This record gives sequence, C-alpha cells and structure tokens, in this order.
Amino acid sequence: MFVQHFFNALTLGSLYGLIAIGYTMVYGILRLINFAHGDMFMLGAYFVFFATTLWALPWSLAVVVAIIGTALCGVLVDRMAYRPLRDAPRISALISAIGVSFFIQNLSLVLFTGLPRAVMRPDWLVNVIKFGDIRILPLAIIVPIVTAALVASLLWVIYRTKPGLAMRAISKDIETTRLMGVPVDKVIAMTFAIGSALAAASGIMWALRYPQINPFMGLVPGNKAFIAAVFGGIGSIQGAVVGGMILGFIEIMVVAFFPGLSGYRDAFAFILLIVILLMKPTGLMGEKLEDKI
Amino acid sequence: MLRIEDLHVYYGAIHAVKGISIAIPKGGIVTLIGANGAGKSSTIRSIAGLVKNVKGRILYTPPDGTEMNIAGRRPEDMVRLGIAMSPEGRRILPHLTVEENLKLGAYIRTDTDGVERDRDHVYELFPRLKERSWQKGGTLSGGEQQMLAVGRALMSSPHLVMLDEPSLGLAPLLVKEVFDIIGEINAQGKTVLLVEQNAFAALKIASYAYILEVGAIALEGRGEDLLKDPRVKEAYLGG
Ligand SMILES: Nc1ncnc2c1ncn2[C@@H]1O[C@H](COP(=O)(O)OP(=O)(O)OP(=O)(O)O)[C@@H](O)[C@H]1O
Ligand SMILES: [Mg+2]
Repeated sequence: MFVQHFFNALTLGSLYGLIAIGYTMVYGILRLINFAHGDMFMLGAYFVFFATTLWALPWSLAVVVAIIGTALCGVLVDRMAYRPLRDAPRISALISAIGVSFFIQNLSLVLFTGLPRAVMRPDWLVNVIKFGDIRILPLAIIVPIVTAALVASLLWVIYRTKPGLAMRAISKDIETTRLMGVPVDKVIAMTFAIGSALAAASGIMWALRYPQINPFMGLVPGNKAFIAAVFGGIGSIQGAVVGGMILGFIEIMVVAFFPGLSGYRDAFAFILLIVILLMKPTGLMGEKLEDKI
Repeated sequence: MLRIEDLHVYYGAIHAVKGISIAIPKGGIVTLIGANGAGKSSTIRSIAGLVKNVKGRILYTPPDGTEMNIAGRRPEDMVRLGIAMSPEGRRILPHLTVEENLKLGAYIRTDTDGVERDRDHVYELFPRLKERSWQKGGTLSGGEQQMLAVGRALMSSPHLVMLDEPSLGLAPLLVKEVFDIIGEINAQGKTVLLVEQNAFAALKIASYAYILEVGAIALEGRGEDLLKDPRVKEAYLGG
C-alpha cells in the first residue's frame, strides 16, 4: 500500500513542481506573480485534447503541438499584458496578470464550453502493472522520470547556456544586463516560453492521470503550485521542485493515513504556506530578494 | 568617432542636461568632469541608450562606416555598434562569478575564440581578476569590482569605451593603477570617454576635457591647458 501512495505522491509532487517552476522563474526575473500561469497548465491539456480529437494527430505529435502551442501562448501573454507595463509600477502588472487570467478562463469557457472533456489515454500508460501485490500505473513511474529529465534540462539551460546566464543576470540587475547588450525582452519572452512549456507538460500529464478537463482546471493546481514556489523559496528553481514534492507528499499521505481529513485536502497547502511564512519568510531555499510584493 | 549636438536630458520635470555639445575624436581620451549632479552620468547614459527622454543628436562614426544619428536607440544596438560602458557604482552582478560577469560583457559576440582572447587580455590587464575568476562578483573588494567593471566593458570588443567614475571609492594607489590601465587601453587603440570627479587625474591623461556645471558646459579645452587654468584650479583642483 505504502509503495502505491509513494508513487502517487511522487506523481502529484512532480506535477505541482513543474507548474511551480514557471511561477518562480517569472517572479525571479520580473518580480511579478503571473496569475495566468495556472491557465497555461489548462491550455496544455486542452491543446492535447483538440490535437488528438479534432486534428486527429497521433499522441506523440499531439504532445509536441501542445507544448509548443502553450509556450507561444505564454509568450503572447507577456507580450500583450506585461511587456507594455515593464516600466509601470509593479502593481499595474499584477492587476494586469489577474485580468489576463480571468480573460483566458472565460475565453476558454466560450471557445471550449464548460463541458468536462475526457482526454484520450494510450493504453500502455494506464494499464496497471503488478509487482506481487503492488499495483502501479505506468504513469506514476513515467511522470517522475519525465519531470526529472525536464528539470535537469532546465538547470542545464540556466547554468550552462548564454540565455541562462542572461536570465540569472536579469534577475539581479535588469538595467546592467541591458547595458551589456543582452536583448532583455527576448530573454524574458524565452522565460515565459519555458515556464509555459513546463506548465503544459504538467497539464498534459495531469489530464492523463485525472482525465477530466475543464476551463477552470488550472485554478486549484495553479494555486497550490504557487504556494509550493513560495514554500520552496520563490526565485529558486530547485526550491520550486522541492516545494511541489513536499506539497504532493503531504496531500497524498494525509489523505491516505487520515482519511477523515480528506475533505480538507485543499487546505493543507494553505496551512503549510502560513507555517513557512511565519518561520522562514524567504522559503526553504530562497535568498533574500530586494523587493517583494 | 562621436559627436553630441545640443543634447538635452529630462527626468519628468527635471531638466538634467541642458543642450551640451561634445566631440570625441577617434583614438582620444576625452573626459567629462563636474560636481555631483552636474549631469555627467546622464550624458553618458544617454549615449549608452539607457535614458528614455533625450533630445538632440548623438552622431557616431564607426571605424569602417559613415556617421549616423544613434540618439534613442536601444542599449543592445549601442553595444553592437561598438560602444560599451562601465556604469557608475560598478554594478557587478554579485551572484555571478568573475568569469560569468566577463561572459555577460561579451553577450552579443558569437566568435568564441575572439571572446576567449579578449578574456585572457582582460586577465593580463588585471591579474588579480584571473586569480579570482571562480569567485562570486559580490565577494570581490571594491577595487577588484572596479577592475571587473572596466574589464567587462572591454569584453564586447568596443571601439568606444565609456567609464563612469572608475576611481570612485578607491585608495590613492589603486586610483593610479586604474588610470594607468585606462591609458593602456587607449594606447591599444580604444577611444575613451571618461567621466570623473577626480579632476586632477582625469585632466592629466585626457587629450580633451569638458567641465559640466548644472547641466551645461562651463569650460572646455585640452587637458593640460585646463590643469593650468586658474578657474579650474580654484573650483576643481583645490586652489
Ligand atoms: N533617474 C532619475 N530620475 C530623476 N532625476 C534624476 C535621475 N537621474 C539623475 N537625475 C537628476 O539629474 C541630475 C544630474 O544627475 P547625474 O546623475 O547625471 O549627475 P552626475 O554629474 O553624474 O553626478 P554624480 O557625480 O553625483 O554622479 C541630478 O540633479 C539628478 O538628481
Ligand atoms: Mg554620476
């Protein structure tokens, strides 16, 4: 039993972690809470749904289309809603973020209807494997592996490539980075693309695990991932992953071992948030950032 | 190499630079001196493309090109054209290593070999940076950070190097070292625009100098002439 819970927690934690990375990257660079980020998660799932049904693409291609499509949506959000406000007071961008999120959700409601949709799942992902009396979904193994690979690639980009160097520089001193000739707006667009692509990956895997999707499916996981990012230390990618994992484990284990509390499962994240903010305001792995909202 | 004509800089209602004209000949060291708030930084920051509200013309002639007005262009365009700047207060990225700070200075370049050569050259100019190449920028001393800021400005392989108060906060011995290196950089073929409050040291190495007072040019002339000028002596060289 425990092994199954363990893999479930690992899966949920991975999915939170992948979303949390996008929050933390954008916050680290722009000091902006990108409220529309949870909606990228939702769009990723819808892209796959339409790619496999409407456009009748094979699975692997649908995933690629969904990730690229969502990345472009993330870039578009930055271009339309945040970039024009780069020099405005930060509260303006924050309000814009809330507005964009409402806009995307309601536009999705119109375009996709509120009808929950079922995402088609390849059999090999959902046919339970048995090891003795342990029963595991292949997904529960694949999700953590995919997540680990994505996080490793991301860290490589951040610490070993030129755009990664620029991202790290922008997060501390945008003007000096600009002075060095870095095309800052392009690097920021790239950050949104990466964050949105990871959210899409999470949304796709979420839709495989819990195959009902709707235009508001990004709300709760998005909020929890944001909490995971703050918990892990906002601005820190490693922190976002660790925060997501801890949240996933607490949620699954509490429900598993104290079934009486399962009605409160969505509240754990908030309790955790309050506790960490009281004890260590910068989060587990966060460093002091000059300006917080 | 660079001519500024009737440059104005505004910050909201503040009129910080009030119509100055400056010429920087190719291969020269031109210095801009003046008291706090005179508008020195505003002037060179507008050449670097960091100031939004500028009026006037900034005419740049690349070594192999014709004169063009670059006022209002983006900082990255300026770097690509061959104009680099070491900002006031050094602005080293504290969480990046010395090596990474230098790499950032070479961001626009794709010639990996050339970048490595220039990095080695910076390490020759400042051997202390080489010893500390893996150290975080924030852990360097003030003098080392200043060297890194100057070295970083050289990494884009610029034709015009602008330095905003490179001697700020340095001990006298280090000030001399930094000025010697500015002379060396110039001797190696780079045109230099030097903003300074240390008027004596700046006038000594400058081929031409402008003295800025509350946003306007009060006096200009060859460095050695201004050194002897009684008005300059009184106001800037301590009598
Ligand atoms: N970002 C800004 N917003 C508003 N006013 C500014 C800004 N930057 C400079 N100023 C004003 O413009 C004037 C010129 O400033 P500037 O920084 O160019 O002077 P400076 O000659 O470089 O002085 P210092 O020697 O102290 O560095 C000052 O009165 C300053 O207060
Ligand atoms: Mg200044």
